[in-house]
Amino acid sequence: MTMKRHFDDDLQAMRSRLLEMGAACEEMVQYALKLLAERSSQYMDEVRRREDIVNRLHVEVDEQCLQLIARYQPAAGDLRMIAAALKINSDLERIGDQAVNIAENGMFFIAQPHMMLFHVPRMAELACSMLKDSLDAFSRKDVEKARAVLRKDDEEDELKGRVFKELMALMQSDPSTIQRGLDIILIARNLERIADHATNIAEDVIFMVAGRDVRHGAGR
Amino acid sequence: MIPTIESAVPTEKSEKVSEEERRVILSARALRAGYGAAEILKGVDFPVRERVVTAVIGPSGCGKSTLIRCLNRLHESVPGGWCEGELLLDGEDLLRIDPVLLRRRIGMVFQRPNPFPSMSIRQNVAAGLTLNGVRARRVVDERVERALSDAALFSEVKDRLDESALGLSGGQQQRLCIARALAVEPEVLLLDEPCSALDPIATARIEELLFELKKRLTIVTVTHNMQQAARVSDYTAFLLMGELVECGPTRQVFTRPADKRTEDYITGRFG
Repeated sequence: MTMKRHFDDDLQAMRSRLLEMGAACEEMVQYALKLLAERSSQYMDEVRRREDIVNRLHVEVDEQCLQLIARYQPAAGDLRMIAAALKINSDLERIGDQAVNIAENGMFFIAQPHMMLFHVPRMAELACSMLKDSLDAFSRKDVEKARAVLRKDDEEDELKGRVFKELMALMQSDPSTIQRGLDIILIARNLERIADHATNIAEDVIFMVAGRDVRHGAGR
Repeated sequence: MIPTIESAVPTEKSEKVSEEERRVILSARALRAGYGAAEILKGVDFPVRERVVTAVIGPSGCGKSTLIRCLNRLHESVPGGWCEGELLLDGEDLLRIDPVLLRRRIGMVFQRPNPFPSMSIRQNVAAGLTLNGVRARRVVDERVERALSDAALFSEVKDRLDESALGLSGGQQQRLCIARALAVEPEVLLLDEPCSALDPIATARIEELLFELKKRLTIVTVTHNMQQAARVSDYTAFLLMGELVECGPTRQVFTRPADKRTEDYITGRFG
């Protein structure tokens, strides 16, 4: 017989807040990329507004997790859920920071003459899908979806390598592209970091659901 | 000196022997026990490893107390009580050892502190020794002092050893009962919910004591308090309706239990 627990209500409230934060982070990344693709600075405000929300939720989720631990002394799956939530919370906050960096570098980039973005659109698409899927995996406790996120990370790393290499060659042959080239490199780096944080989230989901620690390539 | 990476990073080898590698000193195999027609334990395999704390958890009536009472043959001494299966202490068949001798090797402490009411503190601790024929005053005094020290009680009672044990607080009385069990130098100590009648401070004292005692002897404790099992034990066994559902390292049972029923019980989903 399964007993109804007050703990579940509090746990659900924490999960909802974390997912709300995840949604705000996704929007931050999307607005930062829109700013870049549409060369429109109006999206900066949208990024900033969500940054405030994410920062507030970051503190609130931490507090909720501490309360859950202190008041209920959770064990097993409950404990893994809270441990995962604490880490995911911190990854999401960092993702928000990376989105702000993309928007800020984007502001410099769009103030200069037009230049192609190399593999950045593909990197952006990949990072966004990894973030979305990792959050879906958390929400649905879906290990398979989380594993799929881990498999995508290699492509993101490889694309970043290609952006660096191709821009290096361009900047050497045409010094007038150096400023814009550096902006793109920084943005590619931010996107790669977002993919890394999404990977961390997916790893935490696997630990949370299956109790298996797959970090640093273990047991994948 | 700046440590090298090799010296700074602990290797597996440098760690103490993990609880999984400890030898099984006491074990029950296919243990069935009950009262009359009622079967309480339905074929339990229960390994107890040397010099660690094994906690037995499970809902009321699951057979926890019966299990540990079988281990020192108290269960069968109750009218109608029966027990069958294999019980081994260090390879020896428990059922063939004289119960009196057996209880010297496997001591027991109960839920409610039960000092002998007509005896002094000293006489309480010495009771087992006296029964076993140790009479020399010097030897008895030495053993009493050592047992009281081991039970972390000596400093509190050293000036009133000849006063009644009933003058002690509940927590002190429970430590006195532990001292009484330790005085005959058992290999295994069984504790049946030793803290359930104690306040949090007295409970913490007993828990600290277990950390000390397990350096020398094997401890099996039955508890209703899940957090206590998580805090003090190295191994946890989960009993449900007379069956052993899971028995494994506590760090695993409380973070990644193998069985869904264990998960439901330790997370309080199980009513």
